[in-house]
Amino acid sequence: MKREMTGAKMVVQALKDQGVDTIFGYPGGAALPIYDEIFQQNDIRHILVRHEQGAVHAAEGYARSTGKVGVVLVTSGPGATNTVTGLTDALLDSIPILVITAQVPTFLIGSDAFQEADTVGITRPCTKHNWLVKDTDALSGVIHEAFHVATHGRPGPVLIDLPKDVQFATGNYEPPKPSTSHYQPRVKGDMEEITELVAAIEKAKRPVFYTGGGVINSGPAASQLLTELVDATGIPVTSTLMGLGAYPASGKNWLGMLGMHGLYEANLAMHGCDLMINIGARFDDRITGRIDAFSPKSIKAHIDIDPSSINKVIKTDIPIVGDVAHVLEDILKVWKSRGRKTDAEALVKWHRQIDEWRKVNCLAYKPSETSIKPQYALERLEALTKDRKDRFITTEVGQHQMWAAQFLGFEQPNHWMTSGGLGTMGYGFPASIGVQMGNPDALVINVAGEASWLMNMQEMGTAVQYRLPVKQFILNNERLGMVRQWQELLHGERYSQSWSEALPDFVKLAEAFGAKGILCKDPKDLDDAIMEMINHDGPVIFDCLVEKHENCLPMIPSGKAHNEILLGDAQTQGAIDTKGSVLV
Amino acid sequence: MNALQIKKGATKHSAYNLRPTFSEIEERHTLAVLVENEPGVLARVIGLFSGRGYNIESLTVAEVDHTGHLSRITIVTKGTPQVIEQIKAQLGRIIPVHEVHDLTVEGPSVERELAMMKVVCGGDKRVEALRLADIFRANVVDTTLHSFIFELTGAPEKIDAFADLMRPLGLSELARTGVAALSRGE
Repeated sequence: MKREMTGAKMVVQALKDQGVDTIFGYPGGAALPIYDEIFQQNDIRHILVRHEQGAVHAAEGYARSTGKVGVVLVTSGPGATNTVTGLTDALLDSIPILVITAQVPTFLIGSDAFQEADTVGITRPCTKHNWLVKDTDALSGVIHEAFHVATHGRPGPVLIDLPKDVQFATGNYEPPKPSTSHYQPRVKGDMEEITELVAAIEKAKRPVFYTGGGVINSGPAASQLLTELVDATGIPVTSTLMGLGAYPASGKNWLGMLGMHGLYEANLAMHGCDLMINIGARFDDRITGRIDAFSPKSIKAHIDIDPSSINKVIKTDIPIVGDVAHVLEDILKVWKSRGRKTDAEALVKWHRQIDEWRKVNCLAYKPSETSIKPQYALERLEALTKDRKDRFITTEVGQHQMWAAQFLGFEQPNHWMTSGGLGTMGYGFPASIGVQMGNPDALVINVAGEASWLMNMQEMGTAVQYRLPVKQFILNNERLGMVRQWQELLHGERYSQSWSEALPDFVKLAEAFGAKGILCKDPKDLDDAIMEMINHDGPVIFDCLVEKHENCLPMIPSGKAHNEILLGDAQTQGAIDTKGSVLV
Repeated sequence: MNALQIKKGATKHSAYNLRPTFSEIEERHTLAVLVENEPGVLARVIGLFSGRGYNIESLTVAEVDHTGHLSRITIVTKGTPQVIEQIKAQLGRIIPVHEVHDLTVEGPSVERELAMMKVVCGGDKRVEALRLADIFRANVVDTTLHSFIFELTGAPEKIDAFADLMRPLGLSELARTGVAALSRGE
């Protein structure tokens, strides 16, 4: 069925047909025809952000928490350039979002017109794919293809640049139909490789699962299959920052997060294993530490939907290209049909070894009765909220992010939203807005540092306008904590530009926006204050004044191996040597 | 020529050989990349090479299938086996890329390049230039009393050799197309 309509109407129609009910955006001159169409309908709700970067992070939070595509609409020029950070963030963390940018009319492109920018040129390296649509007849096809590309294969951000005259012109609208795109990444893994992996699992004496964001991206079925496989085989499992929640934190085989600030037992298990099964992770440098000392004695299997992830950093012995859920299903099938074998005796020994490492109690910290330790604040937040199945956590970037990953437990996928690959300060607050839009009755908490939070604090306006009860749990140490920690470790305690002077009074700031502010500085008041935050029906800024010079540990210093991990009482001075100092 | 008739990937699993070949020795590979001829596709390919720090020794591109709007990009690149595998995998990730072929590993192939050289000289040098051109089967496509333009087709090494010979005779300008390549056989 073909229908004639304007390009602007087509945008709205195509989004509706793709099942979109929420978009995040900010209007401007070149986008006005689309905004006019949005005004004249009620199926799609438009959330007016306060900065385009906020719109993209909100869409990321929405996408990550709902499994749907997050959609953003912005104007040309500055509207488009402000999306670049969010697009790059979504590219590195494989989040499916669609950004529609308006563009100056086709006849002005290239003339340095007002609010003109080469949007497809600027965003080419930070999108999975992008399109400049110059013909209204082609528009609906491009939008449907954009959804296809964003969600198939390794998910990622896509962008459509839409000149104003194409929005005004009339063309044929075609509804979505089964994709004829040549882009059809394979989802089934090779059975020979899968059988080889099963054979390795049967023989392994010290196996470990190393899971990543790919498990979450593959959908809830992947997390269920992972849990089934882990519990059936009894193989311990660790996860990257992006993969938290795929296997429940209360599960008996859970090791905790691995990596630079990962748990001692997780990192030592990675170092000492004889079979490493990487599922949907990418051997990121935060995970591997020193490459030539990375898990030196293990056979490495790698399941990834993106062939370029395999052998990019770490040599893989058993490569399996495919979608995590599909591959896990086949692994389970083959493993069961071959008699559900594992080396049970060796696994008991391996678990005993891991329990020894666990006794180190790597997350221990010196408690204080006078000041709130950031770890204590998160322990209390966990204790008071962990029973709520509808708890979603977002974070900013820095020490608080790592502490949140260490001290909060996630039982289900899609409940933890954080900027992993790009490490975008300012991600968490707008992301929490997106999560709340996708999960209106849920408890959404953004664990933040005061410096990160200030980077997108303008979104308080959005939270208040749409009555989104997002809780901003700010661990305020008046420092750029992670920068300060590195300066202590690496730069002779010369704290160059790493403290925040002239911080706002966060309670008054909340009140100025028409929200609630809570200040807490005494550990004795913390529980009551957290409950007050949770019970308040509306957005809250929680200013939690914490210990200013706490270091985030354990830590594998840059350029070191997993077994060179620093613990809480370690001598941290000079921990990063000159070779490691050039790394980030 | 129908561009779609080139052979599919070399291994049974996929276009990429995923079994690792980690070595520090740099190899020269010729890649044939079949892409949709849409705006920006060349920028995507070049951006990939510059963004990830890969080498381009030569690159040629032209539409080869006008009905299917497919272009063939031939890239000569240099890198360790691991880098070459990464380049192929990364190229395969680009949405408008249909096929990636490593002609260097997919059996024997033919490589050709076209060059034009302007040689300004007189007297004995002029005779010598013509004699060498005859040996290399270069054609004269323009001439004045003091100059020639030679046209030469061949493998890059042959063009290098001819240019080296022309240089002392008065080579003043050199234009090369870059390598075009096809695998041998059916």
